[in-house]
Amino acid sequence: MVALVVVPAVNLVISTLDAGALSGALGDERVWEVVWFSLWQAVVSTAVTVVIGVWPAMVVARHRFRGRAVFIGGLTAVFVLPTVVLAAGVQVVLPGEWARGASAVIVAHVVFNLAVVVRTVAVAPVPVGLEDAARTLGASRMQVALRVTLPLVAPALWSAAAVVFLFSFTSFGVVRVLGDLSSSTIEVEVWRRAIRLGDVSGAAVLSVLQVVVLAAVLVVTSRMQRSRGLRGRSMLSPVPGAWSLAPVVAVAALASTPLVALVWGSFRSDGGFSLAGWRAFGSDEIRPGLRLGLDPLAALSASLMSAVVATVLAVVLGGLAVAVISVTGRSGAWLDAGLALPLGVSAVTVGLGLLITFDSGVFDWRASWWMVPLGHAVVAVPFVVRPAVAAVRSVPGDLRAAAATLGASPVRAWWVTVGAALRRPLAAGAGLAAAVSLGEFGATSLLSRSGSETLPVVIERMLARTGGSFRAQGHALAVVLAAATMLIVVLIDRWRDDRVGH
Amino acid sequence: MLAVESVSVSLAGRRVLDGLSLEVTAGEVVAVFGPSGSGKSTLLRVVAGLVDVDSGRVLVDGVDVTAVPTHRRSVGMVFQDEQLFPHRDVAGNVSFGLEMAGVERGEREARVAEVLAAVGLDGFGGRDVSTLSGGEAKRVALARSLAPRPTVLLADEPLTGLDADLHDRLAVDVRSVLRASGTTTLWVTHDRAEAELVADRSVSLLDLGSRA
Repeated sequence: MVALVVVPAVNLVISTLDAGALSGALGDERVWEVVWFSLWQAVVSTAVTVVIGVWPAMVVARHRFRGRAVFIGGLTAVFVLPTVVLAAGVQVVLPGEWARGASAVIVAHVVFNLAVVVRTVAVAPVPVGLEDAARTLGASRMQVALRVTLPLVAPALWSAAAVVFLFSFTSFGVVRVLGDLSSSTIEVEVWRRAIRLGDVSGAAVLSVLQVVVLAAVLVVTSRMQRSRGLRGRSMLSPVPGAWSLAPVVAVAALASTPLVALVWGSFRSDGGFSLAGWRAFGSDEIRPGLRLGLDPLAALSASLMSAVVATVLAVVLGGLAVAVISVTGRSGAWLDAGLALPLGVSAVTVGLGLLITFDSGVFDWRASWWMVPLGHAVVAVPFVVRPAVAAVRSVPGDLRAAAATLGASPVRAWWVTVGAALRRPLAAGAGLAAAVSLGEFGATSLLSRSGSETLPVVIERMLARTGGSFRAQGHALAVVLAAATMLIVVLIDRWRDDRVGH
Repeated sequence: MLAVESVSVSLAGRRVLDGLSLEVTAGEVVAVFGPSGSGKSTLLRVVAGLVDVDSGRVLVDGVDVTAVPTHRRSVGMVFQDEQLFPHRDVAGNVSFGLEMAGVERGEREARVAEVLAAVGLDGFGGRDVSTLSGGEAKRVALARSLAPRPTVLLADEPLTGLDADLHDRLAVDVRSVLRASGTTTLWVTHDRAEAELVADRSVSLLDLGSRA
């Protein structure tokens, strides 16, 4: 585990310490252009997401209504869609000149992250009693919202905003598909330097710069996230009237449009309805005899293979880490934090770190087939570890003692208490790891070699080609990938709900 | 004065109040007692305008306020669980109603100091509400409701949750505060002894037309 997360991170920092690379990158005007774009588009994406998301979030937080669970689940399904897939959908929806560039990128980020705002605010307690108190003290509806509700919900909004900012700032797949030359994030520039230009140390400087900016932003916003002493969850009341569901309906429409458009796009080519995209589904020929150099069916099997290997790796590594964290005390906390690193550090940086580490003389495994699933596993490990650690911590210490007093050996006592608590989160984590791997694009872009491309890589290339039939084929592949990831997530969700029911 | 005229309320399909009528004359403190779940809180929320009636009327100083929104009713309320604003200190809580009424700053500060002194919390203005003891929080809640000089004060089990000794001391204090301010008060409690201790007149909700 140390070898996979810490060593690559250290290597990354070391390679930036090369004075030439540092001054070269920092003196480059292009670098500051990219930093500036990353920043402002992330700020705008975050602001728009919060402003749009807060309305349905407040409805979901206050009221019970039919379709409430479906609404939250649907937004979550959009959130876990592969970035390339969602970006492809947004591209279909937006008219010609808007389909590429800053506005397209921002639209995609907003659609993606609405789930973050709605989920974060929906579980935060809404001060219903305090709102009533304010009304009896003469506050109008508007005054209640501005003087009581907003200040008290603000910490939840800030923490949602911090997450949205993090995702938008380090956005990769969306920007690769929807960005243009003047709208490129640091993340994309890292990839461009490392892979296109072969300037690995320049790429390393940029990815370290990205981590520094992120850390600064998160430190500042963490002060705003301190809760103001509201506890528990508020009771859900019935909806006062159908009109109050308007924000929910509007946002549901907004979030589902790219997916619907994607399906529509897969049936269109040369300006009309056509099955060409689906008929060409597995084809790698431009016309008979002329090959594209991309094999969709091979990519599909490469994706499945990666998903299986990455899932096994993530669960084994994650499971070991959880075991260590549960046994050790304080040092376990460090491991816990260290494993969350890939979440904040961005997938391209993870890929770059692995690339640098395993490209050296001693470990020259750069060309190995398992580099891609390894990258996926590192990106997916936090999704396995976090819920599992929470589950372990929720097991009361006395439970094991009770098992021991009933005659269980230490191993057996561990197995029937902690082991039992771990099984479900680990299995759910495995499902999430598979979904992450299927859609993973950032680390893959740095680690995959030609001939072993995964599905997201092929989709991105197809969309970048001109010609209606490639587009339609790319959309058809994206529909399949979307269906696969959503199926996994829906199954995990259903299964968790089952447990609550028993 | 306050008049409730044959009010009926259903919540979630259950009739909670059924043709209830009640009158509180100006400056009078009336306590309504009844077992929990008998609709005491609902009665207060109807008067405050936080719950809509199926039928009947609520009159404050002879004016029908049944259709008037809560914030224009001039009705103050002390909640069972205080509902102090956690993002404001003690003075900020007490001055909230004055701010809503558009009272000027200087006047506001004077009034806040005055009510805090009246409930025995002189100098508590800067305290964070999360540091208050149970009894202090109840006093702040009372001060906050009294500050804007409401025409009618509603008190929803305001002394519940205190230990017996503190409860009785606070009941006596509150009685004298309400007397001194001459506030028309409707007080509900499950505790008949408390009702008789605090109020000029106490009535059983069951005699008034509750369904429980």
